[in-house]
Amino acid sequence: MSKRMIRGLAWAGLYSGITIFTVFAVFPFYWMLITAFKQNRDLYVGATQLGHVPWIFNDPPTLEHVRLLFQSTPYVTWLSNTVWVGALVVLITLVVAVPAAYSLARLVGAWGERLGILVFLTYLVPPTLLFIPFSRVISLLGLQNSQWALVVVYPTFTIPFTTWLLMGFYRTIPRDLEEQAMIDGYSRLGGIVRVVLPLSVPGVLTAVIFAFTLVMQEFVYALTFISSVGRMTVSLGVPVALVRGDVYYWGSLMAAALFASVPIAIVYNLFMDRFIGGLTAGAVKG
Amino acid sequence: MGARRDVAQLAPQAVGLGARWRFVADQAGVLGWFMLTPALLYVSLLVGVPFVLAIVLSFSAATAGSLSLSWVGLRNFAMVLADPMFHRAVANTFLFTFVSQALVLVLATVQALLLTVAFPGRRVVRFLMLLPWAAPVALSSMAWTWIFDSTFSVINWTASVIHLLRPGQWWYWLGTPDLAMIAIITVHVWRMLPFGTVVLLAGMTAIPQDVREAALIDGAGFWRRLFQVEVPMLLPIVTVVVLFGVVFTFTDLSVVWLLTRGGPYNTTHVLASLAFQRGILGGNLGEGAAIALFLFPVLVVGAVVMLRMARRAEVGA
Repeated sequence: MSKRMIRGLAWAGLYSGITIFTVFAVFPFYWMLITAFKQNRDLYVGATQLGHVPWIFNDPPTLEHVRLLFQSTPYVTWLSNTVWVGALVVLITLVVAVPAAYSLARLVGAWGERLGILVFLTYLVPPTLLFIPFSRVISLLGLQNSQWALVVVYPTFTIPFTTWLLMGFYRTIPRDLEEQAMIDGYSRLGGIVRVVLPLSVPGVLTAVIFAFTLVMQEFVYALTFISSVGRMTVSLGVPVALVRGDVYYWGSLMAAALFASVPIAIVYNLFMDRFIGGLTAGAVKG
Repeated sequence: MGARRDVAQLAPQAVGLGARWRFVADQAGVLGWFMLTPALLYVSLLVGVPFVLAIVLSFSAATAGSLSLSWVGLRNFAMVLADPMFHRAVANTFLFTFVSQALVLVLATVQALLLTVAFPGRRVVRFLMLLPWAAPVALSSMAWTWIFDSTFSVINWTASVIHLLRPGQWWYWLGTPDLAMIAIITVHVWRMLPFGTVVLLAGMTAIPQDVREAALIDGAGFWRRLFQVEVPMLLPIVTVVVLFGVVFTFTDLSVVWLLTRGGPYNTTHVLASLAFQRGILGGNLGEGAAIALFLFPVLVVGAVVMLRMARRAEVGA
């Protein structure tokens, strides 16, 4: 074997590996896309019909499923539910987590380390351990089958997560800046508000994106608390309520999945590097 | 701390704050706790209290209909432990966790290694490989449900065309226990893989290049470099991936619930989905809580490992 052949083989191996992994990752999304725009007679052909290739459009694509989704299902209601629940949760999360993260990163000293880890550990407590007692707490509060139950409960996982994330960002801001501000006559709090907060805007923005995606992805609590179709979020409505009787409208279902997941996936990916940076920065000593 | 407080006292007139509040706004300790309290309160009230309640409920005969808590001691646990469906769920949970996390670890390592090579279009490929992690699981699982559909499964069509499936042979993916378990594990691996890849990739790029070069100059081959340089240096980050993955998988019910609802005939339940079925749908909160409490040991192990790692990081820093 010559050196060139070995190199050729290595490249071939690399590219086939990349191809296999990429196809595996993208395949369900491709399937959403093709199903959402296929005509029913092209869609509902049994898989035993080997002559009919399901991978491609055998008939011209149609917008019928999309029209049905937006006109005759509660999809738009679910989207708006998701948006306002998400917005409120993000707001609560920021009000609580921004000061907490700063405090853990700077002010509390040696305790900051331990408390920071403790906060992160609460993020590890799974919804599946808590949803049964939560259902009891929610009925005591009189919030059963209401989106407000989600607004109350979701911050229990967004706060630990964003606190940890922001802790990392605050550690990257040099202390000298605040001390300068204090020498210039600001109080410590004034220095924080006027100097540190503006600098941490990118970090806060990242936290907002991630808190919102966490809300959008959450399924277990929504399933536990919400039973009325009109009050569901997208993640719950599409798999639970977009079925009429025993008939699946696969075209509309896949359109629903596509429109809700692709934008969030793109935004998420754009912020991914930042997010990894924040998480790992939170893990090392500042 | 002392020096910093002197700096604060050197500062001239307060700006925009009454003198009375000035001391609060300047005392690092006071201000720190003041800023931290809301978060600690929220988390302890809404995680701590339900957590204790989870334990209390498991010793009671609570039902969804009433708000009373009647103490029944260990009856729920005795009932659960004698239940064959529970045994099946425990076995499934371990199988599901172990197999899917082993696959994630191996595949994520390969995927991360592929992504360390500079090839044209790497950014696009990375973007595509990361998609499954960001998409809401409830929605992507619907796509998988359709892919595994008993009549229209594209997998079966493709397998028939390439003669993997003989005429008359058919896979009922979500209708036969073994195939359903394979389907569940596949979907879970698909969704967890990007997370593992991203974290491992971050770890790999953090290894200083000169360490690699030194190994190369000393004449270490690819495998030797992999197992004597990369792997030991990656160990902490691998621990994070495995730890998070195990805790997350062991306690998750999303994929199981979305794909099979625990079916066919309750053969694919994991602990979490069984707890949901008994506690929420069946209205038997006590029994559900007892089942969910079996998730707790894994959580404790996870927390202990995490704390030990944090301590080691402190010593090493």
